[in-house]
Amino acid sequence: MRNRYTQTFLFSFSVLFSSSLATAAAKLTISCGSNGVERQICQSGIDAWSKKTGVPVAVFSSPNDSNDRLALYQQLLGAGSSDIDVYQIDVVWPGLLANQMLDLKTHFTPAELKAHIPGALANNQVGEKLVAIPWFTDGGVLYYRSDLLKKYGKKVPATWQELEATAKDILEKEKAAGNADLWGYVYQGRAYEGLTCNALEWIASFGGGQLFDASGKATFNNPQAVAALDWIGAQTGTIVPRGALSYSEEEARGTFQSGKAIFLRNWPYVWGLVQSDDSLVKGKVGMAALPTGKAGAPRASTLGGWSLAVSAYSKFPKEAADLVRYLTSAEEQKRRSIEGAFNPTRVALYDDAAILKKNPHLKELKPVFLSAVPRPAAQTGAKYNRFSADFWNAVHSVLSQNEKAAAALKKLEERVATYTQGGKG
Amino acid sequence: METTLPNSIAQDIARASFGSRLWNFFRYSRVFWAWLFLAPTIVTLLIVAGRPLLGTFILSFTDAQLLTLKEASFVGLKNYIAVLSDPDWWIAVRNTVTFSTASVVLETVLGLAIALVLNAEFRGRALLRAAVLIPWAIPTVISAKMWTWMYNDMYGVVNAAFLAFGWIDSPVAWLSSSDTAMAALIAVDVWKTTPFMALLILAGLQLISKDVYEAARIDSDSKARVFWSITLPLLKPTIVVAVIFRALDALRVFDLFYVLTGNKVDTGTVTIYARQRLMEFQEFGLGSAASVLIFLFIGAFTLVYLWLSRPKGEQA
Repeated sequence: MRNRYTQTFLFSFSVLFSSSLATAAAKLTISCGSNGVERQICQSGIDAWSKKTGVPVAVFSSPNDSNDRLALYQQLLGAGSSDIDVYQIDVVWPGLLANQMLDLKTHFTPAELKAHIPGALANNQVGEKLVAIPWFTDGGVLYYRSDLLKKYGKKVPATWQELEATAKDILEKEKAAGNADLWGYVYQGRAYEGLTCNALEWIASFGGGQLFDASGKATFNNPQAVAALDWIGAQTGTIVPRGALSYSEEEARGTFQSGKAIFLRNWPYVWGLVQSDDSLVKGKVGMAALPTGKAGAPRASTLGGWSLAVSAYSKFPKEAADLVRYLTSAEEQKRRSIEGAFNPTRVALYDDAAILKKNPHLKELKPVFLSAVPRPAAQTGAKYNRFSADFWNAVHSVLSQNEKAAAALKKLEERVATYTQGGKG
Repeated sequence: METTLPNSIAQDIARASFGSRLWNFFRYSRVFWAWLFLAPTIVTLLIVAGRPLLGTFILSFTDAQLLTLKEASFVGLKNYIAVLSDPDWWIAVRNTVTFSTASVVLETVLGLAIALVLNAEFRGRALLRAAVLIPWAIPTVISAKMWTWMYNDMYGVVNAAFLAFGWIDSPVAWLSSSDTAMAALIAVDVWKTTPFMALLILAGLQLISKDVYEAARIDSDSKARVFWSITLPLLKPTIVVAVIFRALDALRVFDLFYVLTGNKVDTGTVTIYARQRLMEFQEFGLGSAASVLIFLFIGAFTLVYLWLSRPKGEQA
């Protein structure tokens, strides 16, 4: 009897002791993805790193909605919590979270960083600090109905004006043929972050710039931006259905995928879905860079995607940075691209034969991603969400034809001046 | 004291030590026991409701940001002035009041009608009573998402039905412009909450004694007169309570608007306004001030409403 007690005691003691040893050794927690495939693919990457280094890594389940995720991150970071070591952060968060994250320049060599898409890397640079390493990227693209363009002998539009003319022409002929439900162009027009992405593309592709200049001064109130918004506003009710003003990504995809729109602006994830077996437009779809609005202006695509950052409160910054290095490595990004269609942030991977075999559309996406336009998150910093909300409300009032662009942008400028640096200077 | 108490007891009390006098006071004091039994509830309420409320009050006088909560400093009434001089706030107030008034009035009228039907004796009444509750049983976020698809301009069932009936010539994008969006939102709320109203009013109807109706029948009063002179006055206390429940809920409405129209200013409510400032803009001071204003507004509304609807006997 007594012997058994001693044994039990010794056993529990050794368990306690070994677990206290384990806490002294490194142990990481990462927040990546939240459900489904994204979570699985992240997990297998982490497992590979854990096996190599012997450092256990736990995955933190974060909310799926990115606004909720940000709020949770901020509560944790605001409390100086070391619970999460590596954070997966959205492309517009570096400015918001810069003070709570480690400067990764000290952990990565310039040569390692040079392999990434320059725009994606620059987006994570806040002042002198490198807040995060790009993990996968995204950008707006144009989807079109290749069968309809072919039927009416049209080219894929290179300018917005061509898109308008093509759409009007096809609509007229299709409607005469009894296809009454068809519309020309659908996008994300709901008053939310997606509209900010769309509007930035319109403005940049009309030569209206990127809303703020590098010094942080608001530049969105200019004649080209006015022309861009007035152009798209005038399309509401003609080639753009009024319903598009309440579409987010999925509603817009639904309209296009059920064959009710000629052109669609959306993110690359849509490609796999419109080409799936249950899609009504399977085999009738093409993908291209978004058009330009004015000679000499770029074919702009808003930069999206996610990066990995290391918390400034992490107890094991060296190990955490090494995990980030592994997950953002060429080898791992290649695996993620093939298994989960996550678009690499490393330029060289866009010419990789194995990746192109699985994702042939990446060939067309390469120039889109390379020249993607960042949202002004770095310039507006902690005020980004507030700016974005004011911006999408202004754009929405032009789209719903309540206001002309000149008036809306002027009002927006006055409003934004009350809380941004650029306005005061 | 001695004059009001019987002599023997007064002497007992006078003789007793201070300690046992105190004990006797506690033993016989109903108020003391009442407080003692209420204490757990009061303490719990203070912890889960009082403490956060106080926290919000304090934050509303500071320039706190979500990431730098500890570095906040006192700014007086600045946040309140900022909220009250923000045109977006007043749009939100107008939307909230419009929504609450329209939805509660419609729900009360329809709820009353449905309750009267369900109170009558007919076959399958139990089944119908259960079926009526289905919209109320679905979580709001789910029914809101469902309605966004039903309102869709391309493949929404609402447009398909209205077109089939010939009420509209071409599909309408219900949620895209602010006037149709508000009507659409009120319709969803009425669909969802009328069953709740009907249920509460039905409970009230069943409390009315059958004798009263029999007396009316003997006097051969008309159906309309029975309704206006018996049913409605006797239902009034129930309706008053039901309306206040609904009004408080409607004034705090959030999920419906958040799912159907998102963070759009011209269809925003006060709760959307406050949440956006708190969580998205991280302006805890400003957001807390907006929350306190909502609290005061709803509190004031409740007091005025209860005062206006107090029973006749207490008036004048």
